[in-house]
Amino acid sequence: MKFLCVECDRQMQFEERRLPGDGTLAAAFRCPTCGRVVALLTNPMETQLVASLGVKIGGTTLPPQPMEMVRGMVATGRDDAFDDARERGPGSGPSWSTEAQERLARVPNFVRGMVKRIYLDYAKDRGIAEITPAVMDTARTELGLEGM
Amino acid sequence: MPLNIRTYHELTDADRSGLVDQIVAQRRRVADRLASVRRVVAVLSGKGGVGKSFVTAGLARARARSGQAAGVLDADFNGPTAPQLLHLPVTSCTLHDGVIEPLVSAEGVRCFSMTFLVEDGRPLAFRGPDTEAFVWRGALEAAALREFLADVAWGALDELFVDLPPGVQRFQELTELLPAPPAVLAVTIPTPESRDAVRRALRGAIDRKATPLGIVENMVGGPFAGSAGDELAAEFGIPVLARVPFHPGDHVWDAIIQGAL
Repeated sequence: MKFLCVECDRQMQFEERRLPGDGTLAAAFRCPTCGRVVALLTNPMETQLVASLGVKIGGTTLPPQPMEMVRGMVATGRDDAFDDARERGPGSGPSWSTEAQERLARVPNFVRGMVKRIYLDYAKDRGIAEITPAVMDTARTELGLEGM
Repeated sequence: MPLNIRTYHELTDADRSGLVDQIVAQRRRVADRLASVRRVVAVLSGKGGVGKSFVTAGLARARARSGQAAGVLDADFNGPTAPQLLHLPVTSCTLHDGVIEPLVSAEGVRCFSMTFLVEDGRPLAFRGPDTEAFVWRGALEAAALREFLADVAWGALDELFVDLPPGVQRFQELTELLPAPPAVLAVTIPTPESRDAVRRALRGAIDRKATPLGIVENMVGGPFAGSAGDELAAEFGIPVLARVPFHPGDHVWDAIIQGAL
């Protein structure tokens, strides 16, 4: 997927991705010559179709998580389907604020372990000491974690 | 005056989304995971109710009893039965080094199934928009198949049996995901109706360069009349590997494994 600034005859560069949480997606592209920005807006069905392929507009920034699509998209998953506890032993990773813990607790158990791991890796990679709801929001947008 | 708009391939800067590269990486992950699997066998029929899952489980158990390593990927996401047929309890899946451990039966058959992931008594349902689900549901199921192949620690296997649902769509998805077309085992019951459905599925498999191993005629000696196995074997030039009666004992499956398969 590429965008062309016809006036400048230059390929536009991916700028950022936003997931408002209503199933839609916005991806902004900027012309490196004139600075014009256009946004690609997809409706929930189009967003779902792209997500179904397991690809991310704007590129991937994380290594693939095991069963990432299944865990992120199955609505009738068993609460005890995955035993994530053994995957990551105790360590000196980033801490979680109380608000972030509360928010994480609202994530269905089926996907919670994977979501937690993604946020931890995101914070660790960026030297973030404490995961807060704001960090989760930023990570969600940057990483393209629709619905997480 | 018409606009001068260059086409996709005329734009030489990298596409940062790299969607094609992402797809290629997915395929590579599948190939890497299956590098230690000697043979993938797709069990198909094109027809529902002929006993594909039953045959799959019987053969996998016999393979394990013979001392070889066997796995069953239950690709029937909407009607999974492999765990029950392998006498596997439903327990939590564990993760290890970024992959998911398959569950292992008492006989040593490794298995992964939607049974382990979806709530008892509920259908496989996906999150997403309520309308036009037919547009994306097939893609999601294909992605689930890819993850079952790539994200399960199958390990070194002599044979990975893929228990397919009725129809040919899942087989087509499988062949697109695998680095090479799978071997195919066709299951039929004796009736002409089953023969006709299996013929379509087998033809589709051969069109996709799959290697047909042979026919297993199931539910022989019961109420179903016909000679579907022989007719399909003659038509495709492949053997009838076995005629499986109702309530077969282990010796029936062992004979197939020790024989032609």
